[in-house]
Amino acid sequence: MADLASPVEHGESRGSSPAADPRYRLLQAALFGLRAGPALILLVLVVVVSLTTPVFFTSRNVGNVFSQTAVIAVLGLGQLLVIVSRGIDLSVGSTVALSGVVGAIVFLHVHSAALVILVILGTGLAVGLANGLVFVLGRVPHPFIVTLASLSIARGLALWAANGTLIPGMPGAVDTLGGGSIDWLPYSFFVVLALGLLTLVLTTFLVWGRWLYAVGGNPDGARRAGIPVGRVLVTVYALSGLAAGVGGLLTAGLIDAGSPTSGDLAELDSIAAVIIGGAAFAGGRGNVGNALVGAFTIGVIRNALNLHNVNAFYQLMAIGIVVLLAVEGDVIRGHVENRVRLARALRHG
Amino acid sequence: MTPVLAVRGATKRFGAVVGLDGVDLEVHAGEVLALLGDNGAGKSTLIKCLSGALALDRGVVEMDGVPVAIHSPADARSLGIETVYQDLALFDNLRPSDNFYAGREHATPQWLPRSIRVLRRREMAETTRRTLERLQVRLDDGGAVGLLSGGQRQGVAVARAAAFASRVVILDEPTAALGIRESRRVLDLILRLRDEGRALIVVSHAMDHVMEVADRAVVMRRGRKVGELVPSAETHSQIVSLIVGGGA
Repeated sequence: MADLASPVEHGESRGSSPAADPRYRLLQAALFGLRAGPALILLVLVVVVSLTTPVFFTSRNVGNVFSQTAVIAVLGLGQLLVIVSRGIDLSVGSTVALSGVVGAIVFLHVHSAALVILVILGTGLAVGLANGLVFVLGRVPHPFIVTLASLSIARGLALWAANGTLIPGMPGAVDTLGGGSIDWLPYSFFVVLALGLLTLVLTTFLVWGRWLYAVGGNPDGARRAGIPVGRVLVTVYALSGLAAGVGGLLTAGLIDAGSPTSGDLAELDSIAAVIIGGAAFAGGRGNVGNALVGAFTIGVIRNALNLHNVNAFYQLMAIGIVVLLAVEGDVIRGHVENRVRLARALRHG
Repeated sequence: MTPVLAVRGATKRFGAVVGLDGVDLEVHAGEVLALLGDNGAGKSTLIKCLSGALALDRGVVEMDGVPVAIHSPADARSLGIETVYQDLALFDNLRPSDNFYAGREHATPQWLPRSIRVLRRREMAETTRRTLERLQVRLDDGGAVGLLSGGQRQGVAVARAAAFASRVVILDEPTAALGIRESRRVLDLILRLRDEGRALIVVSHAMDHVMEVADRAVVMRRGRKVGELVPSAETHSQIVSLIVGGGA
């Protein structure tokens, strides 16, 4: 402690700028590489697949990839908000089924496209709102159990309401949105694009987005800073439910029906997409672009294995392995960040 | 001269346990007041009451001689009192400017509900940059706070408090987690805030640090104020015995 007497430090003269040190620069470069990781993986994947599979880059197949990936991408956008807030939403797959079934039942009685669309989206929103309210007002320690329960309840409701079978028929507008295309480009692509832009605006330009990242990064700190943490969390789950409703709309349009078994395991796809997109499962980190990249990584892997007639079981395993790689990338990133901190402590004080 | 902040007869009980027992405290503009005491002496309770995390059972808090009510952290902040907690309460995933403005974002337009207003990001980043520069807190880039060293993080937390505290900055163990060089920077920062005319209350165990920056020291024991003196080489042992208890 005697050192304290001597004013302004020896450290000042040493390493006036840490950027000058080549090792520090290497760390920075590694960090940048890990951050760009998800996009690089997708890029490499696309290059490899298109070299090995000539049909991959035909317009028809690209349209297929977009169409097959649309639901994962939409659910992934909702899941992104949830995971950034330190939560998880297991109910989105079941919500896809429930909203489609409810829409199909309404369509049996009322032939109004607008009403059916509203009902499908409203069902998703209602499930999400229920998740959020139970989680926050019920003071449940973690949303895992809440959304596990609603996964079960929503699926059960869908099967019960549909009597266990498909309810055929959807308004033309819904069919077009979910299954139609302009030439080879499916309409669902534009839905993903629009939703992606909306989420981007919400997360980066609006106060709510800043609150979301603050809540995910340090919930206690957020509370002390006067951020309405409970309200933010309720809206997070409501929006994830709404995204699931959009997923239900696209699915119902694609199959021209409300199916109580649709969206099976879609919650896992959406979580995988967000994690492959480099979001931290511990919350606070993740962005729209990377979540979409994650969704398309899953879509491209599925598509490529399909084109090569690889057994669907292998697809599940392949996606599992990519998830593991992504998680490991996150661990390595944590180590690199620690090194950066240390380097700064040594140089700066 | 009227003190910026004065506490009179502050009393706080937790059931049968007496947290604060009629404590008086004054701090003036351009002054560093050290709040000393062993664990459980009531220092934390007192600053929690001043920062709005707890409410006093009895006693008056005055600012510029006028009684004020502090029922929440927001009350304290709107009175110009900011607190740097020991855990810093930073958002490691956010940049310094987002940390500065968390919960008090500048956004437009005013007629929209607060949560969906558009952030004035450039303005906030610019103000943050200028504050950090003025207080000589050096960071390399605009990255997340979690990537900064312990001293830099402390610097950001103190600068954030300074940016919004027009009157009083309370610091809880500001050097506890820091190395020698990092502590030095934080102490310099405290002196800079004092020279800017703010009143500072520093809670600390590190006697050396207190001796160096404090203009006055208040010693607490078992919820009471047991002494108040000017720290110097001569009073050092006196302070220690006050902290430990009269018999020592």
